[in-house]
Amino acid sequence: MKLTPIDYASLIIYFAFVMGIGWMVRRRIKTSEDFLTSKHSVPVWITSLAFIAANLGAQEMIGMCASGAKYGIMTAQFYWLGAVPAMLFVGLFMMPFYYGSRARSVPEYLKLRFDEKTRCLNAITFAIMTVFSSGISMYALGLLFELVLGWSFTSSVLLSAAIVLVYTFLGGLTSAIYNEVVQFFLIILGFAPLSILAVSKAGGWKGISAHLQPVMTHTWRYVGHASENPMGVEPFGLIVGLGFVLSFGYWCTNFLVVQRALAAETMAGSRQTPIFAAFPKILMPFVVILPGIAAVALMSTASGYTIPLKHGGGYDYDQVLTTLMAKFYPNGTLGIGLTALMASFMSGMAGNVTAFNTVFTYDLYQSYIRRNAPDKHYLWVGRITTIAGVILSIGCAYLATYFNNIMDFLQLVFAFVNAPLFATFLLGMFWKRSTGHGAFWGLLTGLVAGGMTLGLTVAENKGGWIANLHQFPSSMAQNFWIAIISWSTCFVVTYVVSMATTPKPESELHNLVYGVTDLPHEGGAPWYKRPGPLAVIVIVVLVIFNVLFW
Amino acid sequence: MNDLRRPTGILFAVLGLILVLYGLIHPGARAELDSGVNVNLWTGLTMLVFGGCLLWLSFRAKS
Repeated sequence: MKLTPIDYASLIIYFAFVMGIGWMVRRRIKTSEDFLTSKHSVPVWITSLAFIAANLGAQEMIGMCASGAKYGIMTAQFYWLGAVPAMLFVGLFMMPFYYGSRARSVPEYLKLRFDEKTRCLNAITFAIMTVFSSGISMYALGLLFELVLGWSFTSSVLLSAAIVLVYTFLGGLTSAIYNEVVQFFLIILGFAPLSILAVSKAGGWKGISAHLQPVMTHTWRYVGHASENPMGVEPFGLIVGLGFVLSFGYWCTNFLVVQRALAAETMAGSRQTPIFAAFPKILMPFVVILPGIAAVALMSTASGYTIPLKHGGGYDYDQVLTTLMAKFYPNGTLGIGLTALMASFMSGMAGNVTAFNTVFTYDLYQSYIRRNAPDKHYLWVGRITTIAGVILSIGCAYLATYFNNIMDFLQLVFAFVNAPLFATFLLGMFWKRSTGHGAFWGLLTGLVAGGMTLGLTVAENKGGWIANLHQFPSSMAQNFWIAIISWSTCFVVTYVVSMATTPKPESELHNLVYGVTDLPHEGGAPWYKRPGPLAVIVIVVLVIFNVLFW
Repeated sequence: MNDLRRPTGILFAVLGLILVLYGLIHPGARAELDSGVNVNLWTGLTMLVFGGCLLWLSFRAKS
């Protein structure tokens, strides 16, 4: 792929723009809360788009396109079975407690609802996870740019990290959220033409279906048996593991996304955020997965497109997205495509950095290192942590060179951290009897159980470093089952320990738990602003897509 | 900065305009897998219209 000045022009204009947003927002930053939480000041259309953009990191775009080529339209399960229902759930049922508790972060909610040690455990695991996620994202980007453009790994990693640092340092969360909206639009406008061009070249959906095995063009038909579908998963693992534990764990408890909804101006806005976001989320498979499927179809026609091979043999699916761009985009649009890729990378990284600095400053520094300092001090710590987060991410990017399949590794991380946490939140928010000791031991044993499952089972030569008790048909099946076991362990242990310990008195649980919280009534608002009717529409659309691509 | 639509609109209008002009000046600029479409022109126009819409919304809200 050869870039010309016109391509560099879009990249440079975009870089200048994101830093400009940071510069314009910086005057708003007076307190640590302005910097770290945006202090409930962001309009709901902006928080909604930021809610999905923060998740649309480079590894998501590259990984979803790769999975499209590898598994076909079944990859859309990540959206239609996984993300969207979970987004509806957090908006409908969980935001009243998150927003109502006035907690500044997810770990802080755990402190208010349970106790100090539960917060501490969650804050530490979350901080580690965000740094790793952003490092992996950076690694994916650096590697691709090295492969496709011949840019050096180090310089593309450092340049993109420096730009993210500038705008998050200047404008904090508000700047990150504002830029995420721009990044979202760029991702759509930069990738949609690729999907249109690749699919029409492959002869539309009809042509694709004619050229590929039927497993590639059906979401549900081949789920019945693990050996029949390319993901190697069976219905229970898929529906419970992905559709329930992993997706709900991610979208309902990951502070990275919850933080965006908490930045909304009102309770109603915070509930609308994930539900509004569900609408574009349903359509994302057509932008990110479809090009991958078209790529495989193009290979079986005499189009001249082939997926590059890996060194050790086999297709290098992670290169599908960029090689498609190189084949379909003329100079000019190519620059926009690369800018979109850069934008997706930055949205993912800034999302991680802004979540990391909040959790570190409030949940670790303010809680354990220096408690009653003036706010100016915490603002300063927040800014320093932003720099530290970026530097740590760069370190992780170099570490990540040891792992080859980015998507699988990320799933693995989520299986550990967020799967048990969702059990903690379900019990914490909807069962007043659950106690701090229960939550802490549940979370800890859930994490350990996940780790043990990985250590005792093998899939695609991964895991099994303790013993090989069970062989999974695929890494994905293994990940789903780790999540299920981790969640179940947390659920059971939390329940048992809670029954044996004393719960908090109800007077301390107001606005934290179902049953002792005044739920928001939005009966007076028009239907298109009420979470319930909107969620019903989302579900109807979801069912239609599942039937169409059955 | 009160209205994000304005700077965002400007960004997309500028990027779109550059692409449209480039597409008009070099109508023959094609990728390897050519579909017979001037991709730059159409992508540019889409971005320009999108940017224009954001600007229109932003100015309408002001007045």
